[in-house]
Amino acid sequence: MPKNLKELSHTPLRLTGGHRLCPGCGEPIAVRQVLMATDDPVIAASCTGCLEVSTTIFPYTAWNIPWIHIAFENAAATITGIEAMYKAHKARAAKGIPLPDYIDPDADYKFVAFAGDGGTYDIGFQSLSGAVERGHQFLYVCLNNEAYMNTGVQRSSATPMGGNTTTSPAGSVIPGKQQHQKDLTACMAAHDIPYVAQSIPGRWRDLTRKAEKAFAIDGPTFINVLTPCPLGWRHAPEITPEISQLAADTCIWPLYEVEDGEWKLTYKPKEKKPIEEYLEPQGRFRHLFRGAKGAEVRKEMQQWVDYKWNQLLERCGEA
Amino acid sequence: MPQVKPMEGNQAVAEAMRQINPDVVAAYPITPSTEIVQTFAQFVADGEVDTNFVTVESEHSAMSACTAAAAAGGRVMNATSSAGLALMWEILYITASLRMPVILTVVNRALSGNINIHCDHSDTMGARDAGWIQLYAEDVQEAYDNLIQAVGIGAREDVRLPVMSCLDGFLVSHSYELLQVEDDEAVQEFIGPYQARYPLLDIENPITMGPLDLWDFYFEHKRDQWEAYGPAKQAIVEVGEAFGEKFGRHYGLMENYQLDDAEFVVMAMSSMAGTAKDAVETLRAEGVKAGLLKLRAFRPFPAEEIAEALQGAAAVAICDRAASFGAEVGPLYAEVTSALYNAGVHIPCSNYIYGLGGRMVTPEDIVGIYRDLEQVAAEGQPPQPLQFLGVRS
Repeated sequence: MPKNLKELSHTPLRLTGGHRLCPGCGEPIAVRQVLMATDDPVIAASCTGCLEVSTTIFPYTAWNIPWIHIAFENAAATITGIEAMYKAHKARAAKGIPLPDYIDPDADYKFVAFAGDGGTYDIGFQSLSGAVERGHQFLYVCLNNEAYMNTGVQRSSATPMGGNTTTSPAGSVIPGKQQHQKDLTACMAAHDIPYVAQSIPGRWRDLTRKAEKAFAIDGPTFINVLTPCPLGWRHAPEITPEISQLAADTCIWPLYEVEDGEWKLTYKPKEKKPIEEYLEPQGRFRHLFRGAKGAEVRKEMQQWVDYKWNQLLERCGEA
Repeated sequence: MPQVKPMEGNQAVAEAMRQINPDVVAAYPITPSTEIVQTFAQFVADGEVDTNFVTVESEHSAMSACTAAAAAGGRVMNATSSAGLALMWEILYITASLRMPVILTVVNRALSGNINIHCDHSDTMGARDAGWIQLYAEDVQEAYDNLIQAVGIGAREDVRLPVMSCLDGFLVSHSYELLQVEDDEAVQEFIGPYQARYPLLDIENPITMGPLDLWDFYFEHKRDQWEAYGPAKQAIVEVGEAFGEKFGRHYGLMENYQLDDAEFVVMAMSSMAGTAKDAVETLRAEGVKAGLLKLRAFRPFPAEEIAEALQGAAAVAICDRAASFGAEVGPLYAEVTSALYNAGVHIPCSNYIYGLGGRMVTPEDIVGIYRDLEQVAAEGQPPQPLQFLGVRS
């Protein structure tokens, strides 16, 4: 049975307050929702990024669970190394060799990696692809704020077209990023792993239910969470959940899951909103509302969103 | 009963790994170390080890997974060469900084470019500042013995550092020699059970590992790490002695070969030392007081011990199988002469860079070095500080 809101609110916090992420950051909301989804012991790994630097400034830590960071491009290799050691001890125990006394023989340990879009779409993609192919038991959560926010808002392959970042700046000639973002969730589904999903922090039931499903699977699972970044997206910090909801309502970031190869929408907006409703509150797209060039980019973005949405509907058998 | 078997260096390493029976091996193939990984994979497939063998997609992930697996709590091993070690470079520092006693066999091979699969030490010399203990083996037996000792050295309570166990690509890795293989039980008895420190799998005592560490604490942590290398030197000596007591083959930081009364000393590491021993015998038969100082532990660097061992020599030739581009001399020469200077030992020293990319070194080449040394001693300084041995002009 999925936990209800009351039960979730009584789940002990595994990522506590007192961390130094920005007000309105979507990342800790997503992390808490994911970690609330299981009562089993969880060990977490993070790649280098906002979450890592803001929650573990020595000698402080905001983590109430075992947590490790090694480097930027290796969150998947890191978490699978830990899982491999756990499985090694369990396999020895199955042969009658006693478990080390620090491992609870009755518990069912879970392994989760939290990594940003830079650490997932770009520099960590090889590590992730290899780790899921090997079939380790772990959940990989991409906290996707669509740019390298930790280093000061540089474009990644997750940055949407038109996005104004410090390495794809909106200029008088070039209106922000020139390419559409990589469809990483579909890439992960193409690895034929047991569970892949997209979610947002603005719909807690959607994300916690997906995390519950993922944690229950003895294999590699992947959830791509769009985590708004008030600093980089330049929106008011108090509208983070609403911004993520608008991403779902405009079908820029559809909510769906792929379970054992079955594609399924988990949220279908009653009315598909035009992308402008999502773009307008965000400073990173402001230049798209000035002049003919901006309108052209918006048109191209809308066409791409429509194309991807129809592709998804077809995959989900809803076309 | 221990058995004597013909084995290649790579097979001997894989055999030691089988006997050590680590919890996790995460590895990626690269010439000339590949045979270690594939031989070990067969041990896994045949149920001869309990190891969880993780076939990662790169050396970067290999060392990342190894470091994380050690952090989880257990014994971890791996093998690589050349570009593979170079790809691990970022993580090597982290493995040492997190104080994870991962054991890595490095089958030494030249770095590109141009691409070359044969032996030199540019790979591990490039990693010399990463914080790993480095042991260099002369032959197949030493490669086997060093790996077994590495387990106890790295995991010792006051050390907790990763260890590179190095052997020369092809020259040792693919050479058959007679190997004394010790009993499985004796090896297990020697290495003992693994004691995890702050394992991540300890759910009741969660720790945060690899945090953000800024100007206010990072420096102290580096200083603390610095202090582990003294005990590491001690551990190499003590584990070497214990190994000698148990198995009859004694090891230390270095090996002195005909050194006590030697006037002319060659200093080398790895398989070159074996060739040099031949040259020493040739010259001794002529009445030349030739000696060899074979360095086994390059990290931690036994500066005082080297100065003490060399102080009676009239001239020393220091042989580097790596070039440090832009420096005036090779890395071993730089450290040895620094050690001599600090100890107040003034001996004329010459530096030879040899064997890059697998260039053959013969006993005659080394006899030539000793002949040069006679002149160096007579003149009080070498004609030039650095020479390339056996290279066409």
